[in-house]
This record gives sequence, structure tokens and C-alpha cells, in this order.
Amino acid sequence: MTMRWFYYAAPQTFYGLAGRLWPWLAALALALTVAGLWVGFALAPADAQQGEGYRIIFVHVPASWMSMVIYLAMAFWSVLGLTFNTRLSGMMTRALAPTGAIFAFLSLWTGALWGKPMWGTWWVWDARLTSELILFFLYLGYIALTSAIDDVRRADRAGALIAIVGAINVPIIYFSVKWWNTLHQGASVSLTRSPSMAQLMLWGMLLMALAMWVYTLAIVCYRVRTLIIERECHTDWVQALPEVAGAKA
Amino acid sequence: MRWESWSDFWFMGGYGLYVWGSMGMTAVLLLVEMAQAHLAHRRALALVRAEQSFENP
Repeated sequence: MTMRWFYYAAPQTFYGLAGRLWPWLAALALALTVAGLWVGFALAPADAQQGEGYRIIFVHVPASWMSMVIYLAMAFWSVLGLTFNTRLSGMMTRALAPTGAIFAFLSLWTGALWGKPMWGTWWVWDARLTSELILFFLYLGYIALTSAIDDVRRADRAGALIAIVGAINVPIIYFSVKWWNTLHQGASVSLTRSPSMAQLMLWGMLLMALAMWVYTLAIVCYRVRTLIIERECHTDWVQALPEVAGAKA
Repeated sequence: MRWESWSDFWFMGGYGLYVWGSMGMTAVLLLVEMAQAHLAHRRALALVRAEQSFENP
């Protein structure tokens, strides 16, 4: 088993694996999105208090979850990278960062569009909103730092530190609505009690969350292949790739 | 189906701007991300080809 993990941790083998996986993941993400939007917009009823306005939840909650999950995944790969010094770890962390930044931004954007009609304001300096904004800045900081350092391995190590240290912010975001008095409401879904939502609303949200999970896996598989080619462009195996040789002839 | 008509759907009970502003931004950013990832991959492949013709002209 251990052997197998290290086998796929080699950029060359992972390139092939990710290349076979991403089209299936992309198709699955599309199907889940269609299903999620159908349940969310065609089947789920209006909310008793918020009318149709609550439907922002179908992107807001999944995007917010993904923004946190992706940061934790970056921290995970960074720990692996610093301990085992595997080449793939830094590339995975970098492949994850843009998608995480987009989801963090979407969380803030859709939150503002939800806050305006329901709270009467686009923004408050509340613990939940502020810590999510910090998460967005951590993503931007990671991207700026790693792209500013020319030596890729050094850039990976510097980025790994931001990813690991910044991960402390993720539980702060998650528990902020419990620890402080926030304008933001508490968790809509929790493992310890039954969800405070109608069944169809919940299903729409879970389908959209799953869609964004699978989308993330697809785009990361796609993007990590680009990084692998860029970094290994001098190697024989990259030069012998059919997608390289094919277009040349 | 919960909607009387398409205009009823787009109106979203008066929350159209907020709901479609959220959905629209999500769609735009994800499409831009996919397009960008695709272009970056093509650039990387072009880089490898340039490398090859430089090494064995």
C-alpha cells in the first residue's frame, strides 16, 4: 500500500492518472450541478421567512465550505511536502490555490448579496465575515508569494509555511458563529442535530456542495498536469508525450 | 415546477438581483477559471515544443 502511494506521487505517473480522471470528474460535476440547480430552483419551496431570496444558499454555503476545505487540503499537501520533500506536493498545493481563492471570493460576494436584502447591509465586521475575508487574503498571499519567487522548490517551501500557519484560521471561521455573537446565523447543517431546513432545500444544497467538490477535483487534476509539464519540460518522458509530439509532426 | 412563467422565475419574488447576481458571478468565475486553465495547458505544451526544437533543431 505504501509503495502504491509513492508510485502515484511520482509526477510522471500522476500526470497519466490525472489525465484519465479529469474528464469523468468534469462530466460528473456537470451532472451534479444540473441536478442541484433543478432541485434548488424547480423543486424546493420558498422559505417561510426569506421568500425566494434564500436560494442564494445553493451557492453560498457550498462555496464557503469549499473555501475552507481547499485551504485545509493545501495545508495537508504542504505538510507532506515539507516532511517527505515530494515534488508533487508543491504542485498540488499550487493547483488548489486559485480555486480556493475563487470560492473564498464567491463566499464573500454571495454573502454580501444575501446580507443586503436580509440584514440591510452588504458588509459588517462580524467574526464570521472578517475571518472569511482573512481566508481570501491568505489565498492571495499564497499565490503572490509563490509566484514572486523564481526558484520553484523554494517558492513551494515558502508557500507551504503560509498554507500551514494560515490553516489555524479555518477552525476560527467554522466556530466563529459559536464563539462570538455574530450577525451571521449559526450552522444550517450539523452532524450532531437534524438540519434546520426543509428536505428539498437541504438536498439542493448538498447536491450543489457535491458538485463543487467534484468540480474542484476535476480542475485540480487538470491544472496539476500543466504544472507538471512546466516543471518537467526538460525530461524525456514529457518530450515523448503524444500531445507534444503529435502537434509537432 | 414552482414558477408561473419565465418572468416570474427571473423576478425571484423580488430578489432577482441578489439571487441572479450570486448565480451569475459563480458561473462567470468558474467559466473564466476553466478557460484560463485550458489556455495555460496549451501554453505549457507550446513551451515543451519550443524546448525541443531548441535542443534538436
